[in-house]
Amino acid sequence: MTLSPIELAPSADDHRIARYAAAAIALSVVEAAIPMPLPGVKPGLANIITLVVLARYGWRDAVWVSLLRVVAGSLLVGQFLAPGFFLSLAGALASLVALGCAMHLPGRWFGPVSQSLIAAFAHIAGQLAVARLWLVPHDGLLYLVPFFALAALLFGLANGLAAAQLLEPAPQPKENLGHP
Amino acid sequence: MTDFLRFIKPGDWAVLLLLAAVTAALAPVAFTGGAAEKAVVRRDGVVVAELPLTQARRVEVQGALGTSVIEVQPGRARVAADPGPRQYCVRQGWLTQPNAIAICAPSHLSLSIVGRSAGHDSLAY
Repeated sequence: MTLSPIELAPSADDHRIARYAAAAIALSVVEAAIPMPLPGVKPGLANIITLVVLARYGWRDAVWVSLLRVVAGSLLVGQFLAPGFFLSLAGALASLVALGCAMHLPGRWFGPVSQSLIAAFAHIAGQLAVARLWLVPHDGLLYLVPFFALAALLFGLANGLAAAQLLEPAPQPKENLGHP
Repeated sequence: MTDFLRFIKPGDWAVLLLLAAVTAALAPVAFTGGAAEKAVVRRDGVVVAELPLTQARRVEVQGALGTSVIEVQPGRARVAADPGPRQYCVRQGWLTQPNAIAICAPSHLSLSIVGRSAGHDSLAY
């Protein structure tokens, strides 16, 4: 038997996506440890990374980072292929589609905050659609919609502000002539 | 804190206000969804009367032992009279919550309250 090593040469793109995905995965693992009053409500901190990647490298990279985060994050917290995984996946796909549309809003008027809010509402819409159609086929689920919407509003705003802060160009170092 | 406000562009304010309005409009769903809407009278499991809980009235229903009287007032209903020997369903009094039920077993009658959707006894995750 001869060894036939398969070598995949990762490109610079792959390295970059892996770096951002690692940051997103770390955030989703961290937030899995934060107790929340209502099941299914999460801050979605990893979406900050998605927004940053979207702004810096475009939609394709954002899709990669987001989906890698869903798969690897669920593996790490032991939720892979569990109901929570499909809810995350549905939410991520819905918000990626929404981001694909929202990124074309004129940048002069709309920033990461808009994108974050739109993505957050698309996220709960995707999750609720899957939950209602498949996991909990009962209208009683819809009583939770206002709470999910409130969470999306608050966390969407917070995440958007965080992404805007991260995307802000670094301040130029002041020239401190005359000081030691 | 005001430092963060500079990240919110005019369009962002519009999106934020729009989605806040959507959230506010959804709020009543959480608090009115389970309201009682009608009383359902069954004999042997078959629906014999559906009475909206919006106007007061009395309805006579033929049970296995004779005539029972169902009384409806806005938001509640009860079995006002029943020929059964122990009067359990009458003594149960007014029913106000969705899924509440009064059963007159000797008469083969039941009176239950139904909300807009069936509602749950409890939810577990």
